[in-house]
Amino acid sequence: MKRILIGASLLAMLATGAMAANTSITIGDQLEPPHLDPTAGAAGAIDNVVYINIYEGLTEFASDGSVIPALAESWDISEDGLTYTFHLHSGVKFHDGSDLTASDVVWSLNRARAEDSVNAQKGLFANIADVSAPDDTTVVVTLTTPTGNFLFNMAWGDAVILNEGDDVEALKTHPNGTGPFVFQNWVQGDSITMTRNPNYWGEPAKLETVTIKYISDPTAAFNAVMAGDVDAFPTFPAPENLPQFDADPRFTVIVGSTEGETILSTNNKMPPFDNPKVREALAHAIDRQAIIDGAMFGYGTPIGTHMAPHNPAYVDLTGLSNYDPELAKKLLAEAGFPDGFTTTLKLPPPSYARRGGEIIAAELRAVGIETEVTNLEWSQWLEEVFKGKDYGLTIVSHTEPMDIGIYANPDYYFQYDNPAFQGLMEQLNLTTDPTKRAAILGAAQTMIAEDHVNGYLFELAKTGVANAKIHGLWANAPTQGANLAEVYWED
Amino acid sequence: MKRAFRIPGFSIGFVLAFTFAAAAVLSYFWTPFTVDGVDIVNKLHTPDATNWFGTDQFGRDIFSMIMIGARTSIAVAIVAVGIGVLLGVPLGLAAAARKGALLDEVIMRGNDLIFAFPALLIAILITAVFGPSAVNAIIAIGIFNIPVFARLSRGGALSLWTRDFVLAARVAGKSRLRISFEHILPNITNLLIVQGTIQFSLGILAEAALSYIGLGAQPPIPSWGRMLADSQTMVSFAPHLALFPGLAIVLTVLGLNLMGDALRDLFDPKLRRGRR
Repeated sequence: MKRILIGASLLAMLATGAMAANTSITIGDQLEPPHLDPTAGAAGAIDNVVYINIYEGLTEFASDGSVIPALAESWDISEDGLTYTFHLHSGVKFHDGSDLTASDVVWSLNRARAEDSVNAQKGLFANIADVSAPDDTTVVVTLTTPTGNFLFNMAWGDAVILNEGDDVEALKTHPNGTGPFVFQNWVQGDSITMTRNPNYWGEPAKLETVTIKYISDPTAAFNAVMAGDVDAFPTFPAPENLPQFDADPRFTVIVGSTEGETILSTNNKMPPFDNPKVREALAHAIDRQAIIDGAMFGYGTPIGTHMAPHNPAYVDLTGLSNYDPELAKKLLAEAGFPDGFTTTLKLPPPSYARRGGEIIAAELRAVGIETEVTNLEWSQWLEEVFKGKDYGLTIVSHTEPMDIGIYANPDYYFQYDNPAFQGLMEQLNLTTDPTKRAAILGAAQTMIAEDHVNGYLFELAKTGVANAKIHGLWANAPTQGANLAEVYWED
Repeated sequence: MKRAFRIPGFSIGFVLAFTFAAAAVLSYFWTPFTVDGVDIVNKLHTPDATNWFGTDQFGRDIFSMIMIGARTSIAVAIVAVGIGVLLGVPLGLAAAARKGALLDEVIMRGNDLIFAFPALLIAILITAVFGPSAVNAIIAIGIFNIPVFARLSRGGALSLWTRDFVLAARVAGKSRLRISFEHILPNITNLLIVQGTIQFSLGILAEAALSYIGLGAQPPIPSWGRMLADSQTMVSFAPHLALFPGLAIVLTVLGLNLMGDALRDLFDPKLRRGRR
């Protein structure tokens, strides 16, 4: 009898233990954020923690990429498209207990668009002429020109609303937002913890505690998931390990789309790449499918231009740069390089770049182009390639949503300077009609694809792995960051 | 030489080292497959009759890569030991010739300075500053061979300077320089050969370590260390990717160490007497 009782109490203990585990989750991520203020830094790792979970904007992204109301429950747009009147939810409180009022919104937007703003995406706010607060729950934003994607801009992590008057330096380590989770603790170099916000204005989070653990090494990440040290790894760094997780009933593999156009960036101002024929030859020398299969183990969608394939405006232009090494050789000869040439290929750390780089180097060698491959750390890459523009070729994934506008900036690191394209982008900014916008975007995509500005490789897939009992994780990555409030454990 | 082969360790070590050296030389003329292209369709094949060691994640033949990788390893090690011998031995001889003088102090304290730093750390520093490449790896490893050979030759030379034949040479009016090279150097050659063999194996190990962390030979040049690093995430489903470069490193280093040990036994009169 005694033994049975002990057994029963042991079982009860196990059961409570399991139940306690059901309200907390440990999520793995590769890069630790430099700080936690999304309005003062470009690092995607910041948004991975705070976006929607701790900080919210007037609008936000849903998992399918659509823009939905957040702190603003509704809005009116004037006939001329210049005035946006946002109606805020009432009863919204910041985590420190103070109320969200319209003046917080005015302060946050004015801070982001100020001359001395530290915002990484000032362009999102460039068209704002004035922000005012007629009463506590109404915000009126006046624009200089009609901006077709203004609501989209306000959904970015860089446009979240802060509490007026907070010490912005202190926010870097102790964020104070309105979201469903409250920041608890940051063990630098290890993990960040947040807990459920009991006073949340909307649907409360299903989980009690979320811990984000930083594991940069792919092998360690694999072991951590296998051992159950982390419950989910939404962007798992080694695609080659996914079939193993897939075969294991304990795990589910979540494959979705990202906004990451992975491209062979080409220095358009550096000879011989200033010659369009050479760039065209480059485009035909590359076998996209070989790169997707070899570097990403099959995960990824081929692209022929700088646009995500799931975007309604996407035009399939892969035919303009089909794999044809003979044509590539012919084009090189016409461009005056019958024996090819030598250039540099500088690769940042992700496996799509390192492995893709080896494949591309081999494919270019086959048409006579020799590459000197250098592997760089991110900081070196930013310094040498992104800022210094000291490179011939590089491989990188551009993960910002709808970022074709970077081609209108002649100082951007691939240095594409085409007034016709810049005109198209100006026109796009002035257009609000969705059909007309799609037509302009189509023309823009075709222009850069015909100019072969960069080698367009593939759309990065979001490949994650999670405990099979976890539900509600975002499969897609419409932006940097993901909403964790809907995540729950199956009983 | 014949005596050396009577020591079993030497024979085994010689066979191992010779195999890899031969593979490296042969790779200049012939490999089963070329490895400068990729062949994604045939990636991750397990070893079979066509690809003896299987293929890697890009469909390249691992056996061919090991052969060419041997070339990289051996070239780096040879040049690194060469740097150590060519710079270290003259420094050591000079220090011994001027024992106690300022020159001796400067040379030996300079060596202490290099010795004071962990070798691999400085190698990482050098490659981080000047960029990762096989040449920088050679320089980094070579620098640490200098004090090894300088100390060894100074120690060996010091005991010789007190010997009668050296005294005779001095009485005959030979300069310290000539004595060092004509009388001292030939008598410490045995020491240098033993140490050279051991440093050679350490050089191969260091090259593999630097390549493993991405600071050695850059792709597409195959290197054992980088092959190991690249296979890390795939060990659980394609163990042959790590097995063969790992074995190559272990067997080469083992072979060279066995040779070095056997040679030391052979040349060291004290040990020889002990064995009889």
